[in-house]
Amino acid sequence: MVDTLPIAVTVNGRRRTLEVAVHHTLLDVLRDQLGLTGTKECCVVGECGACTVLVDGRAVNSCLVLAVEADGAEVTTVEGLATDGRLSLLQNAFLEKGAAQCGFCIPGQLMAAQALLAQNPHPTLTDVHEGLAGNLCRCAGYQQITEAVMAAAEAAVR
Amino acid sequence: MHAFAYARPATLAEALTLLEKHGPDARLLAGGTDLIVGLRQGAIRPAILIDLKRVAELRNVIDEVDGRIAISATAVMAEIENDDRVGRHFPALVEAAHVVGSVQIRNRATLAGNICNGSPAADTAPPLLVYGAVVVVAGLKGTRRVPIDDFIVGSHQVALERGELVTAIELPLPDRRLGAAYLRLTRRHGTDLASITLCCAVDEAGTTRLAYGSVGPRALLFIDESGVLADPGAPAEAKEAILERVFAEARPSPRSIRASPEYRRAMLRVLGARALRSAIERLAGG
Repeated sequence: MVDTLPIAVTVNGRRRTLEVAVHHTLLDVLRDQLGLTGTKECCVVGECGACTVLVDGRAVNSCLVLAVEADGAEVTTVEGLATDGRLSLLQNAFLEKGAAQCGFCIPGQLMAAQALLAQNPHPTLTDVHEGLAGNLCRCAGYQQITEAVMAAAEAAVR
Repeated sequence: MHAFAYARPATLAEALTLLEKHGPDARLLAGGTDLIVGLRQGAIRPAILIDLKRVAELRNVIDEVDGRIAISATAVMAEIENDDRVGRHFPALVEAAHVVGSVQIRNRATLAGNICNGSPAADTAPPLLVYGAVVVVAGLKGTRRVPIDDFIVGSHQVALERGELVTAIELPLPDRRLGAAYLRLTRRHGTDLASITLCCAVDEAGTTRLAYGSVGPRALLFIDESGVLADPGAPAEAKEAILERVFAEARPSPRSIRASPEYRRAMLRVLGARALRSAIERLAGG
């Protein structure tokens, strides 16, 4: 028998009440119950960062968080970055710098960068490297990703 | 992942009652960064998870009481990194917390979990040994305080009895001025498990405390009261002779995929000398 529990989460600003299996991760529920497939499933052991989302403003690996643990939390996924169909400054910087190659890791990279810039709006290159160290890119597009984060930080100052 | 039951107790008494009832079929959930990996890989198959994050008694995350800093079982690495009191008194613990996993991991992983998981490579074990941490263990029969050196038993083994859980890890405020440093050896920059973890502290009275891990089943602590290691003017050969004895206890695994025993032994000496120098400089620098 599978145990389920009701949870209330705010996802990208929208309050949701859901019945979730207690052994399902936040990643499972975001993708399979809410259809928010921007968050990627990859290593599922917390090493690659493709599943990074914000829980109460903090970047976490959603593959290592049970959905029941997010009860009462505010969750932001990559789908929550754009407003009214307009990409965020950070997303535009990724586009302009050509940071996405195959694109698979980009939602996670964006969410890690979003958390970094919220905490540290003027990061050094080292800060960006450290802030994004939990996000792997198989295409090795690190240079462009880093440039995009730095460019977004600079653009926010202007 | 296999199906299991989930409980979210609101009080410590409730948590302990559940733990007593389910015994080895229960696993405690704090950050989950090791636990969920184990569940997914099928390495553990508990019938129930007991989530400690809503236990009222464990929510006061980092507190200063009676000459010690108490870090609750739900305190995550990021909170430890950012706490001024921990940073002021126990900087080497902050250095260790800062290199655990990635930002994402440090936002979830707890200090208590890092110790209870019992990995020989746990980054926070050497600084906790050096700073003389005490593990606060609660059970239905009461609370006991276990020195960290007795709490860590072996690879994935800690001194918890059935029905017991860790509520906090306490750090006594040092009564002498200390200089301390934490160093680790990894294969690459960024996120990696350490091939060596090492912490060293020297105090103004000349005592040196050095702990190292990831080179045997558990992290080990050595205390040198001869004053030689802490003495900035002591000849290098005299220090090397002591460090040689300290590192003779290392038992690096020949089967590790991270580093060979020879490399680990060689690098222990390098990291040991480096951390000692750094600790002495920090003590002198105030």
